Amino acid sequence: MNKKIGVYICHCGGNISDYVDVEKVKESIETDEGVFLAKTTMFACGDANQKEMVDDIKKNELDGVVVASCSPKLHLLTFRAVTERAGLNKYNYVHANIREQASWAHSDDKPGATETAIHLVKAAIAKVRLAEPLYPFIINSKKAVAVIGGGIAGLRAAIELADMGCPVTIIEREHFVGGRVAQWDVLFTTNETGKEVVTKLYNEVIRHDNIKLLTGAEVISNTGSIGDFTMKIKVTPRYIKEKCNEGHLLKAIAVCPVDVPDEFNFNITGRKAIYHNFPSEYPQTPVIDIKNCTRCGECEKICPSVDFSQKEEILEINVGSVLMATGFDSYTPADGEFGYNQFENVITLPQFKRIIDLNDKKLIFRGKEINKIAYIYCVGSRQIDGENKYCSRYCCTSVIYAAMQAKHKFNEINNYHFNRGIRTYGKQEVLYAESLKGGDIYLQSYEDAPPTVEQHNDKITIRINDILTAKKEMSVEADLVVLVTGMVPRADNSVASLFKLPKGRDKFFNEIHMKLRPVETVIDGITICGACQGPKNIMESVNSALSAAIKSFSYVSKGELELEPIIAKIDKDLCTWSGTCAEACPFDAIKMVKDEKKDVAAINNSVCKGCGMCLPVCPSNAINLIAYSDNEIESMIDALAG
Amino acid sequence: MADIGKKTARILVFSTEKISDPAIDMAGLLKLHYPPTVYTISIPCSSGVKTRWILRAFEKGFDGVFIAADGSDCPYGESCTEKTGKIISRTQEQMKKLDIEPARLRMAAICSVCSDSFVKQMKSFNEYLLKNSNI
Repeated sequence: MNKKIGVYICHCGGNISDYVDVEKVKESIETDEGVFLAKTTMFACGDANQKEMVDDIKKNELDGVVVASCSPKLHLLTFRAVTERAGLNKYNYVHANIREQASWAHSDDKPGATETAIHLVKAAIAKVRLAEPLYPFIINSKKAVAVIGGGIAGLRAAIELADMGCPVTIIEREHFVGGRVAQWDVLFTTNETGKEVVTKLYNEVIRHDNIKLLTGAEVISNTGSIGDFTMKIKVTPRYIKEKCNEGHLLKAIAVCPVDVPDEFNFNITGRKAIYHNFPSEYPQTPVIDIKNCTRCGECEKICPSVDFSQKEEILEINVGSVLMATGFDSYTPADGEFGYNQFENVITLPQFKRIIDLNDKKLIFRGKEINKIAYIYCVGSRQIDGENKYCSRYCCTSVIYAAMQAKHKFNEINNYHFNRGIRTYGKQEVLYAESLKGGDIYLQSYEDAPPTVEQHNDKITIRINDILTAKKEMSVEADLVVLVTGMVPRADNSVASLFKLPKGRDKFFNEIHMKLRPVETVIDGITICGACQGPKNIMESVNSALSAAIKSFSYVSKGELELEPIIAKIDKDLCTWSGTCAEACPFDAIKMVKDEKKDVAAINNSVCKGCGMCLPVCPSNAINLIAYSDNEIESMIDALAG
Repeated sequence: MADIGKKTARILVFSTEKISDPAIDMAGLLKLHYPPTVYTISIPCSSGVKTRWILRAFEKGFDGVFIAADGSDCPYGESCTEKTGKIISRTQEQMKKLDIEPARLRMAAICSVCSDSFVKQMKSFNEYLLKNSNI
């Protein structure tokens, strides 16, 4: 308790001292209990001051330090490092934010700003008086990473991890890799097809000794925490032997009597129960969709590779980190939304892209040639009444490129774009310019007056009050209406609940900080990337995949890990085990244990995230959060009230 | 310009490090002014505020306590809003027993970019406290 505290009050050039009388702040606190030295400094973060602080701490054997300066978001870690360099435990440092929360917030009231600053510094001194040295927990970390999802983000992340010498298991729910990208034909800027991009990645994956690829695989349970996740994985067989005769297989596919909607083509075509999505798809062995197979036996008669004796397997793997790359679903419009499921020739953008890929020379849909195409933008994104408030980012570029592809590939195509403002950001803007130059027509409305779709005698009419022509009513008779649907989170995101992964208000997985910690989650050891985190194009997905790979590797590379010591702590004497703390904990970090004669709560240190949700529900006030204890918070309250 | 020297209510804000702290910092950055007698204590999550801390603030002379809740942005889980709401209800029951007006405790979700919203909340809370409480 008898601390020797050093307090440094920063001018921040004039950012603070132009409004806060820093000398008055110093005078007001220098006689506070425990304050051994108090100084003002022009730039606390400057090298000279940092060196002076190190010297002060060493020379005077200070055991508590406060810097009153800018937001801790900028320099908390800087000053913690200073205290460490001086041999002082970094948790004996407390930061006071007198710039954003005093000088700038009250730049219209200099005496008021000074008083605020004095109180904030006094509160920091009160806290540091009670601060105790804390030490990170050291735990072992298994050098292996599980990548959940074998789409472009998952494959790219896995290759990066494997290149760094880390064993990786890719767990892909589908029987084929490539995710959404495998479904796309030619991609903008590179003119490669999605299939070609996936092939490149797949070839790298299979040559790597460090990568194990599981397809038809789902995580069914997870226990443990950072450094030591143990997962059970259910692997569904393909029911076809690995080395099989292509000719026999094609015949087997041909005789299969089953016809189910083909999800690869977004249900615009059908497929058999024995199938592969396209000839060069990876892994190249086809699959029998056992749920829809009637077991008629026709395929077995023709193809000796069919093997119904294959059994489902349950594998167990142990990894130090998990990288989530589970991707997205395309928005499915509601029945009647712009005529969807109401009029025959109203389809979604992903369906349109498949139709372009599947047709040759003429664009045929439902037996009729298509010439005039209307595209209605922002369907399922930027909703006014619905929950999807976000922009899906990729769709403006994707639809303009698809419209241009249709024009290049087929004759006499006319494109009409009913949009709410085109967002072909960055380098993609050249595509928009090219589209305009090519004669595509753009009509625009605000969100409160979207276009309408009507059908009369086989003709679909789209009307809009076009704001680019003073809200004049325009109408187009189209052969096909393409709803430019955005991205939504996977309908089946059950894997997230196995890892207790938080979701944001948009229901995509949530990062800790959008800008500063964009691939980390509050579940230590689990990183996120690609479109499971929110709408992204391919380039953005791969960028985030590479970041997540590096972050996941950092958790496992040394074989051991340091964990933050800010966790809940149980006072066993006070605890009478009500169970309310365990109910309140979102991470299952609290369990009941026997302690001599009574039941008490125990915290699992490597699972507790330090949120504090268990604190206020304890009827006997037996829980404190380290560094936010009753004594510390109440001493700050007292100082602020003084 | 502020009315320098004019009495303002003393408000203690429990703010969260990852969500509302950035909004309050940005309010300063944008020089969106609010009463200088608003003080912030940072905690990890608004669902972790203890009733005794709030009562301590009133006991020590704060006119109002404001919880800048994480709301649906809470990185620790979706139950945060509900849990913070329960803390408010429980504490307001205690306040009634202690003859402290329950309206002196407020909560609102303040997202990481909700600087305007934070400043509006502080101004209206200040006005309310000056008008309706014996301060």
